This record gives sequence, structure tokens and C-alpha cells, in this order.
Amino acid sequence: MSSVPSAQKAAPAKKNKIRLFGREYQTNEVLVSILFIVPTLAFMVFTFILPVIDVVELSFTNFNLKTRTLNYIKLDNYKYLLGEEDFWKSLLNTVKYSAMKLTLDTALALFLAVLLDKNIKGKKFFRSSFFAPVVVPMVASSLIWIWFYDPNVGPFNQILGWLGLPGSQWLYHESSALWSILLFSLWKGVGYNVILFLSGLQNIPDSYTEAAKLDGASEWKLFWKVKFPLLRPITSFVIMMGIINSFKVFAEFNVMTPDGGPLGSTKLIVSYIYELAFTNGRMGRACACALMLFALIFVLTQFQSLVGAHKTVDID
Amino acid sequence: MASVELKNIKKIYPFSGEDKKSKKKNKDAAPEKKVNLQITDEGVVAVQEFSLDIADKEFIVLVGPSGCGKSTTLRMVAGLEEITAGELYIDGKFMNDVAPKDRDIAMVFQNYALYPHMTVFENMAFSLKLQKVDKKEIERRVREAAEILDITDYLERKPKALSGGQRQRVAIGRAIVRDPKVMLMDEPLSNLDAKLRNEMRAEIIKLRQRINTTFIYVTHDQTEAMTLGDRIVIMKDGFIQQIGTPQDVFNHPANLFVAGFIGMPVMNFFDAELIREGDKFFVELDGEKVELAPDKEERLAKRNVQSQTVTLGVRPEHTAIADKGIEAVIDVAEMMGSSVHLHVTAAGRDVIIIVPTADASVDYRIGDRVHFTFGGRVAHIFSKETDRNLEFD
Ligand SMILES: Nc1ncnc2c1ncn2[C@@H]1O[C@H](COP(=O)(O)OP(=O)(O)O)[C@@H](O)[C@H]1O
Ligand SMILES: [Mg+2]
Repeated sequence: MSSVPSAQKAAPAKKNKIRLFGREYQTNEVLVSILFIVPTLAFMVFTFILPVIDVVELSFTNFNLKTRTLNYIKLDNYKYLLGEEDFWKSLLNTVKYSAMKLTLDTALALFLAVLLDKNIKGKKFFRSSFFAPVVVPMVASSLIWIWFYDPNVGPFNQILGWLGLPGSQWLYHESSALWSILLFSLWKGVGYNVILFLSGLQNIPDSYTEAAKLDGASEWKLFWKVKFPLLRPITSFVIMMGIINSFKVFAEFNVMTPDGGPLGSTKLIVSYIYELAFTNGRMGRACACALMLFALIFVLTQFQSLVGAHKTVDID
Repeated sequence: MASVELKNIKKIYPFSGEDKKSKKKNKDAAPEKKVNLQITDEGVVAVQEFSLDIADKEFIVLVGPSGCGKSTTLRMVAGLEEITAGELYIDGKFMNDVAPKDRDIAMVFQNYALYPHMTVFENMAFSLKLQKVDKKEIERRVREAAEILDITDYLERKPKALSGGQRQRVAIGRAIVRDPKVMLMDEPLSNLDAKLRNEMRAEIIKLRQRINTTFIYVTHDQTEAMTLGDRIVIMKDGFIQQIGTPQDVFNHPANLFVAGFIGMPVMNFFDAELIREGDKFFVELDGEKVELAPDKEERLAKRNVQSQTVTLGVRPEHTAIADKGIEAVIDVAEMMGSSVHLHVTAAGRDVIIIVPTADASVDYRIGDRVHFTFGGRVAHIFSKETDRNLEFD
């Protein structure tokens, strides 16, 4: 008896249905959901998608901010860049910096996290002191470090002097400028990864550690055979973010060594893009260069996730 | 294969900063606590006065309610917990300060603790690899252990792809491939469902015959303790209550706690009179006067026990329905198959009487009046003051 009226009700409801991606939805549900999506979508379109399309388009033009010319020149910008020594030099600097930063930062962060994971005294103090630089604004801390690095009045050279060691020109010499900024950025950024690794280490259940100890593992083996593999998802994430951030690095370089540093030794790819776009006004070339950087980061992160993906583990 | 000797072992867990703060609040908030561990200035005393000599190849079971210090004791033997005071010897060697990895001990954890990033084979081979055992020998020993435990088919799987029972087998396998001096197991079966638990219990009995090493096994389940142990150590609130064979602790419980803890359903307790007439001892309950067995009388006489009010314990399976005797009113009758469990009220107490089905010619109904008796061999006499068995202490 009761099934009859419900069947009648169901029949007219059918008219208000809509098929989307092989599924049936109520029309009014679809309308409401569109209403919810629209603001975010609009925001995305205007702040992200349209500019990206613009960049792609501009990279095929000779758009010049100063002369206001805009002509389509096909692949000329790309050809120009590939034949330009500055492009290759800044790319090489970027790769050098990124490789060193990624390796040192990850290794140091892991090392510090392992130390902090032990029951040492003053653990909380160390944890916050490593993290403190992360929360200081980049420009402010860069300015402080410019003073640290000052060859005449900076504390670094003073300390070296007390130790009877020769001072360094730090930011003011082509052989040391890039490494000086690297040292700064390790100080600035390592705390963040320390916290990530530390939380990963603390998430490893004690029983794994205990089982490994009873299995006869030394601290060394315990770390490399049990803890490190279990940290894999976090290591993966740290490396991925490291690649992205170190290729995009700009602020500290621009503050500490404006205009590419001594003999262009600290000119990175992003600084080069900035120079092309805003110093020289060659927006077309800058867009082409930005797209090439994007492609490089994309390829590297894809490669990294391919290597890392199949080895991830679930702790249950 | 080794003997283990624990001498007056004590464990104090120091307060952490937060504990101290929260302790005061807790005292007001939750006055009724299940566990009554002693609390000193240094911290919570989880285990104390623990002395036990474990012979080579003996199977010892630590049993007691949750929080009584079983795991703590086991972990001190393993070296995972520092020993606050007392001495631990394994194979005659002083072990207090020896690192876990150098004790040659294997442990099966309650949550299995299989390394999630390794296959079953790698899990089992891990300790052997660390010992730099020859590859072929590792292969042989892992396969042999897998054979015993019937997990050969899963060797290439990760623990995640195994059921609880299979993981349990792998955890045991990981422990036995090493051929350890002492095998520790902390509630290895309590994460399994009832059916699997019974199966695995039987397997552990079989396993024990094959691998022939010293076992220390922790459980809160008295059935497991009774079926597995050569000797049982019953613990409560950090203290040992009794050490003995399963028969011992069943037939001669040292105190009221052991009497109530061992045996299922639990022992019935009554307020009764112990009456001494020369060298004869009687227990009188609800007008029924039962003479105790000669060996009990002898022990009581030897300890010069006098007439007094006592707590009388009689196990449900040792009561018998009779035409006259102690009067009881039936509250519930449970048909269990081979027997009927009568839950009755007698002498002001809740009592269980087990009647074998063969004798249960009568149809028991709620509110019916029945009479029961018990024999002098199965009456346990406990002091009202100390709760201890008057025969022994
Ligand atoms: N790490 C610890 N810190 C403080 N107290 C603990 C710690 N581990 C156990 N305890 C306490 O010690 C007592 C005994 O614990 P445990 O040995 O695990 O009991 P069982 O295994 O018999 O259930 C419990 O009351 C518990 O709260
Ligand atoms: Mg426990």
C-alpha cells in the first residue's frame, strides 16, 4: 500500500534531474552548488588563471614596459634566452644554490630533529631557538645579517679575528657571496624542517623502537633501518618543498646583494627575471624565462615524487 | 635458554611536572580508584618486593588485573624500563645495566609492533641480519619459523596486508627465529577475538614444546594463565600475591584476592564461624557444620589457629544441591549445556551453585527454595582481619 504513493511522487521528481559526468543530480542542488563555487572560482580565474595565460601569451611577444611596444615574435624570446650568457649563469647559480641548500638543509634539519627527539635537558629552549628565525620577516633578518657579514665592523670577522683566523669579504666577494647567503638561509629556514622532522619522529610509536632495540639494533641501525624509512613521507615533503622554495628564492638575495652581487655571482634565475622585467622593461623575455623556470621546477618535483612515491609507508 | 632471577625488584615511575599539578585535582575529583598503587615522594611505585627465581625452560605467567605492574616487570626484564632497586640476573649474570640489545631476549608486543615498511620476511630476518648471520642461514631459519607458524604464504607481504591473527603469528615468528635466551610476551592474545584467542593459546602450548626456551608471559586472563603456565605469579597493586603451579593457586589460594581472581565463575564467599574442638576444625554456616579435611586441620592446628569468625570460600563447582543444608533462593538459573549455573541468595550473599545437567532433574524456577552443602576438602578459610588463608599464614 505505502509503496504506491511514493512511486507516484517519484515520477514528477524525475523531470528536475540533470545528468553530469555520468551521474544524476537534482537540478536545484546543482544550481546551489554552482552558487557556492562561483566566488572562489572567480577569484582563481582573475588572480591565477588569467595571469598565467597572459604570461604564456606575453612570452611570445616583445612587450616592452618602457617603449610600450607589443608585437608577436614567435619563439624569439626563448631563442634569445638560450643564447644569453646571463641566463645560463643565473641558472647555474640557482642550481648550485638549490643543490647545496637542499642537501645541507635537509641533512641538518634531520640531524637536529634527531637530537631534539632525545630526552635532553632544555629541549623546549632549543626547539624554539631553532624555530625563532623562521618567524622573523625575511627582509628584517637579511638586514641584520648584512651587518653580521660586514667585513669591517661585523661580528663574524671580529670573532674570526679573535680566533686568529683571517677574515672574509663575505657578501662582497664573488667567491664567497653565494655561500654567505646560503649560510644565512640555512639559519633562517632550517627550523621549519626541524619541526616537521621532529613531529615525524615523535609520531613513530615507541614499540617499533623498543622492538628494534630487542632485535639487537644499535642507535645507528635503529635510525637508518627503522626510523628513517618511517620518516619517508616527511622527507619526501621536505625535499619537494625545498626544491620549489630554493628555485623561487629572491628576497634575501635582492636585499643582501642587490643587482646580482659581486660580478653577478649571486644573480639567481628569479633575480634575472626581475631584472629583465623591471630594470630592462623586457616583459616578453621575462615571461619566457619565468615559464622555463616553471617547467624546470615541475619536472624536478615530478621526478622527486616518482622516486619517493612507491616507498612511502603508513604507520598504523 | 636461561634462568632468570629477580631479587627484590622495585620500580618507581617518577612524577613528571604535569603529574604533580594534576595529582591534587584528581584526588578530589576521583576518590574511587581501581588501582591502589603506593605513591611516594619520588613517584608512583608500580612494582615492589618482586622476587622470583625462574628456572631454565620454565614457562612463567604473570597475571593480575590491569595496572598491577605486570608489563612494568616484564619491561624491566627486557631492559626497556630502568630497574629502580633490586637485582636482575639472567643466566647468572647481573643484568640491571645491560642494554636491551645485549640481553639476548625476544619480546612479543601486545600491538605486535611489526615494522610497517618491511615485508614479513624482512621483519623476521631483521634481528638475524643485525647479527650478520649468513644469508642462506637467515633464509633457512625464517622459513623454518614460518613453517611452524603456518605463515609461509605471507612472507612477501607487508604487515598491513595481514589480519590480526596473522600479524600475531609474524610477531611470534620474529621472536623465535632468534632462538633467544628468554622469550617475553606481553598480552600477546588480547587483541584477538575469542575464537582466535583459543586457537592461538593452543598454538603457544605446541610452540613451547618445539622451541624449548624460558618464557615469561603476561596476561590479565586467568584462563590463559592456568592453561599456559608451569607456574603463575599473581600480582595486585604492584605486589606479588602468590607464586605457584596452577593446581597450587587453584587449590590453595594464599589470600582472598587470589581466591577471587583464579577460577571461573568466581569463588563464593560467606561470613562463617571457624570452630576448633581439640585438633578438629569445623566451619559453621547457616546452621550447617562441616568438618574440614584432615590435611587442612593439621595445618590449622600447627599454626595454632583458634575459633573465630572467618571468611569462608567455596567454589561454585564444589557446591552440591542437597535435601537439607544451607538454604538458598534462586535469582537466576543459567543453562550452560553441561551444567546449570544457579545464581542464588544464601546467608545474605550472592552465591553461584553449579549443578551438572545430569543431576538437574528438577526444573529450577526463579524464587524456588533449594538447599546446598559443600565438602571439607574444598572449604577455604580466610582471616577476617588480614584476608589471608589461615592454613598458610
Ligand atoms: N611510563 C609510565 N609513567 C608513569 N606511570 C606508569 C608508566 N607506565 C606504567 N605506569 C603505571 O604503572 C602501573 C603499572 O602499569 P603496568 O605495568 O603497565 O600494568 P599492567 O601491565 O599490569 O596493566 C600503572 O598504574 C600505570 O599507570
Ligand atoms: Mg600491561
